[in-house]
Amino acid sequence: MNQQDLISTTAAIDPVFMLIFGICLVLLLGITVVMIAFVVRYHRSRSPQPTSQSDGNVWLETIWIVLPTLLVLAMFWYGWKEYLVLRTVPKGALAVTATARMWSWEFRYANGKTSSKLYVPVGKPVRVELVSKDVIHGFFVPAFRVKRDVVPGMSNYAWFVATNPGSYDLFCSQYCGIQHSAMVTTVEAVPEVQFTAWLNQSSSGAVGGKLDGRKLATEKGCLGCHSLDGTRKVGPTFKGLFGSKVEVMHDGKMLNIIADDAYLKESIRQPGAKIVEDYPPIMPANADLTDEQVTALIEFIKSVK
Amino acid sequence: MTSNVQRSDATRGGFWSDSGKTGLTSWIFSTDHKRIGLLYLFSTFSFFLVAVVLGLLLRIELMAPGRTIMGPQTYNAIFTVHGVMMIFLFIIPGFPGAFGNLVMPIQIGARDVFFPRLNLLSWWLYIIGAAIILTSLFTGGGPPDTGWTFYVPFSARTGTNVSLAVFGVFVVGFSSILTGLNFVTTIHRLRCEGMTWGRLPLFVWSLYATAWVQILATPILAITLVLVMAERLLGTGLFEPAQGGDPLMYQHLFWIYSHPAVYIMILPAMGVISDIIPVFSRKPIFGYKMIAFSSLAIAAFGSLVWGHHMFTSGMSDTAILVFSFLTFVVAIPSAIKVFNWISTLYKGSISLDAPMLFALSFILLFSIGGLSGLILGAAATDVHVHDTHFVVGHFHYVIFGGSGFAFFASMHYWLPKFFGRRYAEKPAVIAWVLMFTGFNVMYFTMQVLGMEGMPRRYYDYLPEFANLNLVATIGSWILVTGLVIMLVNLFRGLLWGEPFEGNPWGGATLEWSTATPPPTENFAEDPVVTHGPYDFTQQD
Repeated sequence: MNQQDLISTTAAIDPVFMLIFGICLVLLLGITVVMIAFVVRYHRSRSPQPTSQSDGNVWLETIWIVLPTLLVLAMFWYGWKEYLVLRTVPKGALAVTATARMWSWEFRYANGKTSSKLYVPVGKPVRVELVSKDVIHGFFVPAFRVKRDVVPGMSNYAWFVATNPGSYDLFCSQYCGIQHSAMVTTVEAVPEVQFTAWLNQSSSGAVGGKLDGRKLATEKGCLGCHSLDGTRKVGPTFKGLFGSKVEVMHDGKMLNIIADDAYLKESIRQPGAKIVEDYPPIMPANADLTDEQVTALIEFIKSVK
Repeated sequence: MTSNVQRSDATRGGFWSDSGKTGLTSWIFSTDHKRIGLLYLFSTFSFFLVAVVLGLLLRIELMAPGRTIMGPQTYNAIFTVHGVMMIFLFIIPGFPGAFGNLVMPIQIGARDVFFPRLNLLSWWLYIIGAAIILTSLFTGGGPPDTGWTFYVPFSARTGTNVSLAVFGVFVVGFSSILTGLNFVTTIHRLRCEGMTWGRLPLFVWSLYATAWVQILATPILAITLVLVMAERLLGTGLFEPAQGGDPLMYQHLFWIYSHPAVYIMILPAMGVISDIIPVFSRKPIFGYKMIAFSSLAIAAFGSLVWGHHMFTSGMSDTAILVFSFLTFVVAIPSAIKVFNWISTLYKGSISLDAPMLFALSFILLFSIGGLSGLILGAAATDVHVHDTHFVVGHFHYVIFGGSGFAFFASMHYWLPKFFGRRYAEKPAVIAWVLMFTGFNVMYFTMQVLGMEGMPRRYYDYLPEFANLNLVATIGSWILVTGLVIMLVNLFRGLLWGEPFEGNPWGGATLEWSTATPPPTENFAEDPVVTHGPYDFTQQD
């Protein structure tokens, strides 16, 4: 498909909204005006006795069965036809994998680059593969009229094209727990040249060859649940964690252990192995982290005192 | 008149005293459908009031971005409990339980329902289930935070007290099934002489359609909730992808019940409106057969549209095609009803008493709700507004503006008949004006918010949504002010108000032909019906 034929999802969906809202407005105005007119005209003060005892009219009733039927069929068909645009990804779309987890997004590009914002080139369709690490989330960009649930164990996708550069809100639309409303990021639509330059920068998290643990902790969503200042969030705080005594449940038994390197590594790799007393066992496993990244994260946790 | 007012401490007469039984046990173990109806009215309406307060707290929290009065966990628990109470403890049991019980047996000329003791058991199951739900709020991991939909895998993982809460809903479900069974049997077997199917009041027709939905759909909810408990307590993994399960299967099972449940909520409301509009227009209902038939059509087709809750879930496009089509089909019988109600007004003699005001506003609010449903039924547009405040606005228009306003209409229309005293008209009208205004300010704004992309179940939101959220919150205050005035007026009026006797509104259905309040077995002698439910010519 070449550039001229490309219809944006917004351009496909908005006319359906216009049509249905138009029909709704006409019907609602009709109902309201007629009802108020009848109530005024046939109010008991003007119409002390009913002037008709009619209890039906076959022709009228036939009209208002047939007419709504035609209207709803038209709306159904138009809605279905344009829905197919949302399901048909144009050829040559840029492939991005969106990974949703409680409660952050990570976008991964073909070259392995990851980002917590969805950078896209203007004018180029983007196909987003939707992967969930835990519960059901929803990928929702109102500006492009696209939404698709992110269901664990299921390969869902969505596509869109940004026709203008800009920053567009991206929400989680399927309720997913305490930080659901904080699972918000943006689509950053930039000119293609700028996008290519960004894409080919060294992967986020690396500063001069050394991984930046703080940046990683932000991008991987750790800080959504683990605070740096000692406040209690969904998971235990990172502040003063390293070297402290923690009470954990392991195989149904209570253990008192010291939070050392081995413990932190295990908790990142297999969060379910030891659960700190009084916290829910909901952290997703992080199989995609490299050993270097895990080490960088542990170094970062050590530094939070 | 004066002597009657002075008599206010004396017995109300009728079923309140003629059995000679008084005291609490004469109520909570009564098998009289009217006493059970009032038990349902007080218990369901109490939960309604609690849930209104919770809803008000949600709106206050959303008044401004960031934390206003509560933290996110509290917010999530409150919107869950608000939904569970409103749906499972108020509006599903409320209409059949309260007004179905109070009015239906009298309207068909029966002395009681077919299974009076089963009827009492239904109320007790409801109370036990409600008690379990209340217990779940204060024990274990605290109130559930899943939303009233209990979607897996979140509901299987959260540490809050989901298992006990869904068990409570499970028990309440049996109450609903048994009420449905009782009503179907009653309507088939206990119609008095001359009460043919073509002379049934439309409220009875709507309860009949509702009862079938209660019987056929509720068991599926019960099974689904048992599976959620099994998932949590036994780790069965039916809905857990890591164990080969499927989260979408849960959604199908849940909505196979919960969409028809919407019709349990709205069908009796439509029945009430079909009863009230002819009375206050002094004209037969327009298209009786079509209204009765459309209730059955809604019940039948409404059972086949559940998938429209799942257009963005990842369900196949073929399924979306079919469910979108069927959703539009089910819009047709609703449209027919609206046109027939309005035609009934034509050349009538319309009196705008409180029940009629609520009934007419029902038509408008239900129409707005129904029409916004077209946006949700069309696949293309649903994707944008699904899971946003548009949906929240839409179903409050249908369920609160529709069923809720019809419930208020019923309270003003029928309760004086059962209490023998009436409310004052002027405060009732003031309350109606405030409620109608506040309602639209609140929920129409929410629909606009949804169009702009604000997702639902959001504790916090971006600054661009702040102004409209403030407007919606102000709307909620106007609405609740009206609600309080209405309740105080009803409470005072029904207990100490002017006497209500005879048939002041000129209703032609059987409840207006017996004493006020009706005696224990409803009629001095079994009635014989000779004319239709909306034939007002007999009276003049």
